[in-house]
Amino acid sequence: MQRHLISAADLTRDDAVLILDTAEEMARVADRPIKKLPTLRGRTVVNLFFEDSTRTRISFEAAEKRLSADVINFSAKGSSVSKGESLKDTAQTLEAMGVDAVVIRHGASGAPYRLATSGWIDAHVINAGDGTHQHPTQALLDAFTMRRRLVGRDAGLGQDLDGRRITLVGDVLHSRVARSNVDLLHTLGAEVTLVAPPTLLPVGVETWPCEVSYDLDSTLPKSDAVMMLRVQRERMNAAFFPTEREYSRRYGLDGDRMARMPEHAIVMHPGPMVRGMEITAEVADSDRCTVVEQVANGVSIRMAVLYLLLGGAEFQTPSTPAAPARTAEENR
Amino acid sequence: MDTHDPQPLPASQADARPVLEAPDIARVMTRIAHEIVERAKGADDVVLLGIPTRGVFLARRLADKLEQITERKVPVGSLDITMYRDDLRLQPPRALARTEIPGDGIDGKLVVLVDDVLFSGRTIRAALDALNDIGRPRAVQLAVLVDRGHRELPIRADYVGKNLPTSLRETVKVLLAEEDGRDTVLLGAKQTPQ
Repeated sequence: MQRHLISAADLTRDDAVLILDTAEEMARVADRPIKKLPTLRGRTVVNLFFEDSTRTRISFEAAEKRLSADVINFSAKGSSVSKGESLKDTAQTLEAMGVDAVVIRHGASGAPYRLATSGWIDAHVINAGDGTHQHPTQALLDAFTMRRRLVGRDAGLGQDLDGRRITLVGDVLHSRVARSNVDLLHTLGAEVTLVAPPTLLPVGVETWPCEVSYDLDSTLPKSDAVMMLRVQRERMNAAFFPTEREYSRRYGLDGDRMARMPEHAIVMHPGPMVRGMEITAEVADSDRCTVVEQVANGVSIRMAVLYLLLGGAEFQTPSTPAAPARTAEENR
Repeated sequence: MDTHDPQPLPASQADARPVLEAPDIARVMTRIAHEIVERAKGADDVVLLGIPTRGVFLARRLADKLEQITERKVPVGSLDITMYRDDLRLQPPRALARTEIPGDGIDGKLVVLVDDVLFSGRTIRAALDALNDIGRPRAVQLAVLVDRGHRELPIRADYVGKNLPTSLRETVKVLLAEEDGRDTVLLGAKQTPQ
């Protein structure tokens, strides 16, 4: 594992499987009367959110608190950022406070990378979504949900998603979730198909490790999981499709379309859902839709990522010679 | 607690001396089972929790023996202590093992922790912390296959398979059929780092 989690593309297959396996154990903490582990006691994590987010911020916060980290929430609204402070100055302020990790969401693609690599800060950087670039923990929780549903909770341990057919439908152009998912699912051996109107596909999509189709109906019968993406109206500054009604008739998932999917196939959505647009209420409320499960799994995945990044030794600062690292053998 | 993967023995253990062989281990486990029944006056409320990896196999073996003696099923589970270790920050992050608490929980029960080797006592301290987050047992006892001494904390075992006086330059390695293909306890010399 690297020091930071910036992009799903940085993860090797073994890294990703380790995170999923660790998350499976973390999920068991949620079933206990005391949902808390002492692992990150004394570590400080800042949630640095320059963009609105409810579920990702709450999910990170829950994960940090379950691992006993000290949590500082920082949202751009009403902070020094709204007075014109730059990312660099914000970062240096956090560094001066002795922060161990920064969870950052930013509207500009590449902001987490800049934060991690510019030398402003020593902390671990975890990308919680940057512009239209990446949202790696979302991809991990999606892969986790797929592995649980398609392979099995215990059977899935140590396994990837080899040969599973995953279809992502909708606004790929503006979706960091789609980019992260394509990268991670490819690493995990899945076959990914993107389905979208040509106007909602980014330039250069043909170089991505996936198939592209404009026709949802022909793709559904050969999908093990179908992920519906939200049409991101707040990022749309041009006419990408004629009317919303036409979009939802061609690319929306309704009961008839769901019936055409294989019986074991699941419907996923990263949230927030726009009912009636990309997904009908009938599908959203069905047993095959994993939206709520994805939220629960998000906490487990984020606990796993925080543990694997922050829980162990820092290689940059080896412990003093007076206290040599013990081997497992020694420490029984 | 040990985190070794099944792999060929390192050179240092090729010439390691066996101190317990398979029949010895079987006898020792039978004796510990009888001791548990005696001390717990029937083992009615005993819950066995093994510490991964090899403690879990030993706990399952003890559960089988207890069942033979008392003709009742004894709840058995596992308790991963990785997240409670005091040396987490001295090493790269470790993979987690499974914590499996039997259905009825541990509240009001007599929990017997089971591990392969008792050494510094730090693993057991971590296990006691972990138990604290799971419930409130009536009492906690400790069973180990080998006690090799050199405690760093005020912890002792209630049931000991074999007391093995060792020097810090020696290694004790427990091999069990479930994980390593054979039952034996090896005493070897630690390889000095180059």
